[in-house]
Amino acid sequence: MPTMQIREALRAAIDEEMARDDRVFVMGEEVGYYDGAYKVTEGLLAKYGEQRVVDTPIAETGFSGVGIGAAMAGLRPIVEFMTFNFSAVAFDQLLNNAAKLRHLSAGQFKLPMVFRGPNAAAHMLSSTHSQAFESFYCGFPGVKVISVATPYDAKGLLKSAIRDDNPVIFFESEVMYAVKGEVPEEEYLIPIGKADIKRPGKDVTVITWGQGVSVALAGAELAAAEGIDCEVIDLRTLRPLDDEAMETSLRKTNRCVLVYHGWPYGGTGAEVVDRLTRNCFDHLDAPIERVCYEDLNMPYAENLEKLVLPSPEDALSAIKKVSYRD
Amino acid sequence: MSEATAAAPTAATDKDELLRLYTEMLRIRRFEEAAARAYTQGKISGFLHLYIGQEAIAVATADLMKPGDRVVTTYRDHGFAIALGCDPGACMAELYGKKDGLVGGVGGSMHFFAKDKGLWGGYAIVGGHVPVAAGHAFASKYLQDGAVTLCFLGEGAMHIGATHEGMHLAGLWRLPIVFVIENNQYAMGTPLKRQTAVDDLTVRAPAYRMTSDRWVVRDVFETRQRLARAVARARDEQQPALIELLTYRFRGHSMSDPAKYRTKDEVESWKERDPLYRAETALGAEHGMSAEDIEAIDEKVWAEMDGAVEFAESSPLPDPEHRFKYHLVEEGED
Repeated sequence: MPTMQIREALRAAIDEEMARDDRVFVMGEEVGYYDGAYKVTEGLLAKYGEQRVVDTPIAETGFSGVGIGAAMAGLRPIVEFMTFNFSAVAFDQLLNNAAKLRHLSAGQFKLPMVFRGPNAAAHMLSSTHSQAFESFYCGFPGVKVISVATPYDAKGLLKSAIRDDNPVIFFESEVMYAVKGEVPEEEYLIPIGKADIKRPGKDVTVITWGQGVSVALAGAELAAAEGIDCEVIDLRTLRPLDDEAMETSLRKTNRCVLVYHGWPYGGTGAEVVDRLTRNCFDHLDAPIERVCYEDLNMPYAENLEKLVLPSPEDALSAIKKVSYRD
Repeated sequence: MSEATAAAPTAATDKDELLRLYTEMLRIRRFEEAAARAYTQGKISGFLHLYIGQEAIAVATADLMKPGDRVVTTYRDHGFAIALGCDPGACMAELYGKKDGLVGGVGGSMHFFAKDKGLWGGYAIVGGHVPVAAGHAFASKYLQDGAVTLCFLGEGAMHIGATHEGMHLAGLWRLPIVFVIENNQYAMGTPLKRQTAVDDLTVRAPAYRMTSDRWVVRDVFETRQRLARAVARARDEQQPALIELLTYRFRGHSMSDPAKYRTKDEVESWKERDPLYRAETALGAEHGMSAEDIEAIDEKVWAEMDGAVEFAESSPLPDPEHRFKYHLVEEGED
């Protein structure tokens, strides 16, 4: 099976879907002539032209809204945020328009569109450019939310997101675009809403997503060296959550740790803990632990940033704690 | 204001046409009065923003629309719904939060949608609809469907970022869209002079490479004629426009606003410009209609609106299960 980078897998997904359906187009800052700030859209302008690879001015509210209006009128936009940090200025468009217009119109409109781009911390970008947005975007109905960690998942899930008739928020990562992995040559789709077991195990369930996946897998390796066999579950879709996959694993291991990029207060991590605590209370042998950002604004300095971010060692500590091995 | 009011509007020469447009304007006014009455009686809750005084704009617009054209407007949206042919009973039922409402009781007064009539939405976050409307026009250009989008906004929406970004993209990409500012003088209770450094909002048009026009809405014919020019250029030349219509709402911002921030003299002076009043006067003075004939029209319109209220009151509440619908497109749903 050939290997490719996540950015190439994303590009292949967009390319295939644009070739498949004339209504699919890409819009965002530097997606065209610059070939994409992170080269996800490289070559697409040359192939599809200005009508379908649309460079925008720096106007997230404007082009998010245009994407929404275009989707209502029958197109299938892929709106790229150079980073989800910039989506903050377009929040009203996603919250009040993308997520609500189908409902407000009693089903008269569909919004088949994708908002995609890198999310969460990269490396030494300080507080405004290091934020994880899943807790905001999972916090309201009317959207689906995806976060990918491998080229295989990136391609299969982005293709499904583009074909979905709902607004899909699709998280990538600046520091993961070059991550390589196997991607089949033949076409495939990954269903939205299905988690994936990235490492089978029997002692502790480690639930993770996005940038957390590599941290969780590294933490699981450290735990294995100490005789603890972790099952690492990559949620991949954060809304709707795959309750069944999480609960099946937890009922087997009776212990659970979450490893993710994002703040601890509220949000997706807290939602997972709440659901598992209520739905699997009798199966839990220890309180669920969370390994995530410290509840702080991200500092720039490398040593400080490292302290705020979750590490494999932090994951190991939590895994040992729920195993009463600390 | 003086230069904008200077040009005398063209008087209508065709009695039947004037009568038709007068009746359409009157239908909106009586609908709004019926809604206000129901609100006062406690039968309608939520926010209720009335279009009384601005009816000529919706009526003129509806006349210009071709199949596929779209109106996107604000939360003051009842007038467009009536003008575009929505059933007043369904509109009233929506205000009542009933099952037979325009959107089944999920949207209320501020969120009317009737895609098949060309009403692509009443939007309740000020300025938030402007980029969306530009997106409809973007799709028209992409699909080359020949449709024009008409985006209405209050003068209060001219000061929020979304409006600027939406207009900016429409100008940059030469989208087939006409932005119409319904300047009814007050953003809630704040007069324009305390909101912006300029008197004339169309001064922004050149920054978006848009054409502009600006007039006092005294005459439904004049309004239709001048809007038609902008619509034609949007359709035929992909030339977007920014139009400022000077108008007035005779009621407060919403039903809870007694409008104490304006003088009686000011209200009276606008009543003389009221297109509905002027059309009624012209029907009598220029076309020889008797007071009884005009009264008969009013009675007929009132009967329609009383019927709408009756329909709303007798419509059932939405089914409890209805709250689960339409949040997402489900498998197999269109």
